[in-house]
Amino acid sequence: MRNNLFTRAWQTLRRLTGDDAYDRYLAHHAEHHPDTPPLPREEFFKQWQDDKWKGVKRCC
Amino acid sequence: MKNFINKLIWVAVAVVGAAAVGGIALNRGESINALWFITAALCVYALAYRFYAAWIAAKVLVLDETRATPAERFDNGRDFVPTNKWIVFGHHFAAIAGPGPLVGPTLAAQFGYLPGTLWILVGGVLGGCVQDMVTLFFSMRRDGRSLGQMARDELGMIGGVAAMAGTFAIMIILIAVLGLVVVNAMKHSPWATSTVAATIPIAMIVGLYMRVIRPGRVLEGSVLGVALLLLAVAGGGWVDHHPALRAIFDHEGLALAWCVIIYGFAAAIFPVWLLLAPRDYLSTFMKLGTIILLAIAIAVLQPQVKMPALTQFVDGTGPIFGGSLFPFVFITIACGAISGFHALIASGTTPKLLANERDIRMVGYGGMALESFVAIMALVAATVLDPGVYFAINSPAGIVGKEAADAVATISAWGFPVTAEHMHMLAQQMGEATLFARTGGAPSLAVGMASIFGSAFGNGMLALWYHFAIMFEAVFILTTLDAGTRVGRFMLQDMLGNLFPKLGRTSWMPSVMLTSGIVVGLWGYFLYIGVIDPNGGVNLLWPLFGISNQLLAAIALCVATGILIKSGKLKHAWITGLPLVWLVTVTTTASWQKIFSDDVRVGFLAAAQDKAAKLAAGALSPGDAAVAPQLIFNLHLDVALTAFFVIALWVIVFDMLRVSARHLAGKPVLPLTESPHIPSRLVEDMVRA
Repeated sequence: MRNNLFTRAWQTLRRLTGDDAYDRYLAHHAEHHPDTPPLPREEFFKQWQDDKWKGVKRCC
Repeated sequence: MKNFINKLIWVAVAVVGAAAVGGIALNRGESINALWFITAALCVYALAYRFYAAWIAAKVLVLDETRATPAERFDNGRDFVPTNKWIVFGHHFAAIAGPGPLVGPTLAAQFGYLPGTLWILVGGVLGGCVQDMVTLFFSMRRDGRSLGQMARDELGMIGGVAAMAGTFAIMIILIAVLGLVVVNAMKHSPWATSTVAATIPIAMIVGLYMRVIRPGRVLEGSVLGVALLLLAVAGGGWVDHHPALRAIFDHEGLALAWCVIIYGFAAAIFPVWLLLAPRDYLSTFMKLGTIILLAIAIAVLQPQVKMPALTQFVDGTGPIFGGSLFPFVFITIACGAISGFHALIASGTTPKLLANERDIRMVGYGGMALESFVAIMALVAATVLDPGVYFAINSPAGIVGKEAADAVATISAWGFPVTAEHMHMLAQQMGEATLFARTGGAPSLAVGMASIFGSAFGNGMLALWYHFAIMFEAVFILTTLDAGTRVGRFMLQDMLGNLFPKLGRTSWMPSVMLTSGIVVGLWGYFLYIGVIDPNGGVNLLWPLFGISNQLLAAIALCVATGILIKSGKLKHAWITGLPLVWLVTVTTTASWQKIFSDDVRVGFLAAAQDKAAKLAAGALSPGDAAVAPQLIFNLHLDVALTAFFVIALWVIVFDMLRVSARHLAGKPVLPLTESPHIPSRLVEDMVRA
């Protein structure tokens, strides 16, 4: 039970910070575009970060 | 039976909440415990969330949990991703929570604790929370479109242009005033300056770590960065005691303003991964950590609020900013009660993440309620200080006098006793040379937080706590500065791209340099004005910021009210209509007074005339006379800007009324742009599972 709680807290933290973004991308890619190779981690992270800062992301 | 117990609990919450609010409002004793504020706030938010937000969700917006959200329909694994509501809440809160709710309530405390507290609570649950929730809803029903696009689609070109121009203008003023807050916190403070300076290379180290050394390992990089930041706070103390190093970081406001301007330009043209993105991770961790720490410390320590409920400055003679209680308390609190900026977030990233429509209540309404709670804590941190100390820190030298003896005499004569010895001792404890006239709100908040943290967790490290608080504020002010400059740049490139397509290319270096330079030049100019202003600049810039922010909120509420009426919900349009009427009244009155008031500390025109008369009569010192023509020009510029804000506001209000009247008269208007109903498969999957 405690282990489960800890795992969930850890997953939530990773999800909130985007630490697991690449893992989620791989899962999404495997499901929707299985015929093309996924981007390598470096390339994905570069695009993900550039996309993230295109709009209003922080407030006053 | 369960139903009965449930009702009983809510009756109890209502009774406790009413008692707490009543206790705060009616208390006229020496001091009042801060727990009353926390209790009142929590009860008000809980009741509003349970009843008002639920009613809006069910009866006005009619949330439909069987309807597929944009995240489900366009799921692309990147920006459109169906996400657990707690995660969306976290993202949304991290995006909307900025330095505004910390600074605004601190400044507004000059009226006493009561006006600020009441407006944060009432404005929050009836205004800000509703605005965020409704904007989030309408954007979600329109595939996550932005506020500007919705204004154009639903009201027409005029509304769209006003929304766009308003957003750009608020960005410029916002960055300038936040820059001023940081500059004032660093002025002649080698400890603060070196710590804030250290955050730049630390962010770069973290950026390199996440990009090159361990790509995508966000958490590892952040942990490293936070550790380095804490080291930088301690290291600043060492710099402060080192005679040679000390001199390197000891500067006047103007020199620091130039540093911030150069930094802003560099940050705008650097790639995001090097500075902005890693700085944002650090600031988010710092922000959430410090807010939680502050909540715990207030709960543990239960400090006494020493500020009176109301001060004599409700008449408009306050030292921190000129202007009477109405309308200026509403303009000053701004973000903690209702912030137009949130509408940009609520029509940006967040609607693209919602997995289910019913999550809107928690994310939109709940997110703002939490932000409002942060504002209450900032107010507590400002009002637990002795009022004399609070006014000594926040009153500009131009009002109370440059010398310590003059300042304490003036402030004590107002009925807030304070001595030069006490201020000196406090400054020493905080590791600062002086705490007199440290305007901008950050230093007094830091003193308040340091004394709360110190009393709760040990008094030995007051100077560390103080500089930790300064670093914490500076880190996320600089994040807002970087991010805001970048957004301003993109908006400018977008506009210029219509005229010269080449300038619209966001990665073409000459265009990047040019547009970044223009944006930095604009806010840099206002920052410069603020720094050379003899009254400390906050008196000048913060009301402009408040007016522009409330203008943006009014635009969002106009769009929402227009859509409600066009959707045949005239009967319920008051949920956004009432806050709109209030904001229009407040912003228009404030703008009118800022332009035409006879009081030289309120009216820009009166101040310009006063300056010109003194200059002509030769009543100014040579130094003051040299900058006087520029100050006079600046005051006229402020008049033009304020007039622009209020005209933009009325244009969009009339546009909304025109569209609504045509609709009600049965004449054709732009059609609703709501996306068609597509049943959610996520819900079916859940039912089947």
